[in-house]
Amino acid sequence: MNNPVAVYILISIGVVFDLVGALGLIRLPDVYNRLQAATKCVTLGTCLILVGVVVASGWNAMGIKALLAAVFVLWTSPTGSHALARGAHIAGVPLWAGSVVDKYKEDTGR
Amino acid sequence: MSTFLLLLIIGTFLCLYRVAMGPTPPDRAVGIDTIGVMIVGICGIFGIMTGQDFYLNVAIAWALLSFIGTLALAKYLEGRGFDE
Amino acid sequence: METLKRRLLDMSIIFVLWLLLTWSLDVQSVVAGAILAVLFALVLSGLLPARVTRLFSPVRWFWALMHLISLAFWIVLANFDVLYRVLHPNLPIRPGIVRVKTTLKSDEAKAFLANSITLTPGTLTIDIIDDWLYVHWINVHENLEDTEAITRDIAGRFEVTLRRVFD
Repeated sequence: MNNPVAVYILISIGVVFDLVGALGLIRLPDVYNRLQAATKCVTLGTCLILVGVVVASGWNAMGIKALLAAVFVLWTSPTGSHALARGAHIAGVPLWAGSVVDKYKEDTGR
Repeated sequence: MSTFLLLLIIGTFLCLYRVAMGPTPPDRAVGIDTIGVMIVGICGIFGIMTGQDFYLNVAIAWALLSFIGTLALAKYLEGRGFDE
Repeated sequence: METLKRRLLDMSIIFVLWLLLTWSLDVQSVVAGAILAVLFALVLSGLLPARVTRLFSPVRWFWALMHLISLAFWIVLANFDVLYRVLHPNLPIRPGIVRVKTTLKSDEAKAFLANSITLTPGTLTIDIIDDWLYVHWINVHENLEDTEAITRDIAGRFEVTLRRVFD
């Protein structure tokens, strides 16, 4: 493994952010807030782990595949999360009781 | 390395709690989506531990399939009312 | 002529992706990759948006790089924001769905703006209808009706670079 110190630092930061995302999924009160925490933290956490794999293996088959996987995750994770948010809103899941405003409902009526 | 693996598995179980207990169907869908992305990270750590590059093939395929699955779940949620 | 160019572009993208994924220069795998690239480019006609050839200019690539750098900065900031909100015992959130008017014209630019907004602190795009983006914001402003200030806060930081990349 090349450069083990950098690899351990990258992977431990990534794992910490993954855990924070999972914790947010449990603690936050409604679907939309949970999606926020889960998308942001888990995307960055997984990308950091995969960058750690790139640093560990260098430019060979494994490193290139890890880099491609990181790009895929960075691209598809926000897209999937706003598809889910739109689906949840159209299915009629209410916002948390402490929410301030819902312009989407006012404008589209669904 | 195996410590990181253990921590990620704990995180996956936290998401699984949301899948099992989530009060509404979209909550469960969010949990499934998050588990999908976390497993990509687990595959990367397996790749470092064993030095085999096919774990990264699994990671890429899992990322794409979990994205398609999330889109399918979202479409399914849009197509129906909410009464549970 | 234009369609032929786009087909060739599709084909070369698929072929390069194949080479990266197999990461070997055997005769067998290269030939198989070439055959598959031709087949898939014929089957998936129109894989890329129609105006993609406009992206062949170094200036646009430079601004794309600038966009990526600023995006990386905001992603890291967003993660520390979530860290603070999740670990704080009182959950300091004040969520709501607000409306943002974008000045970007092309569809690709709007899609990238929506993805960038989702990854930045406290915001999650829910839907795009014409020029309006509906954004779930975890910590809404005091003055709800001031659309311009909200737009400046949420979308303003990316519109500058994205306009130079896509429009």
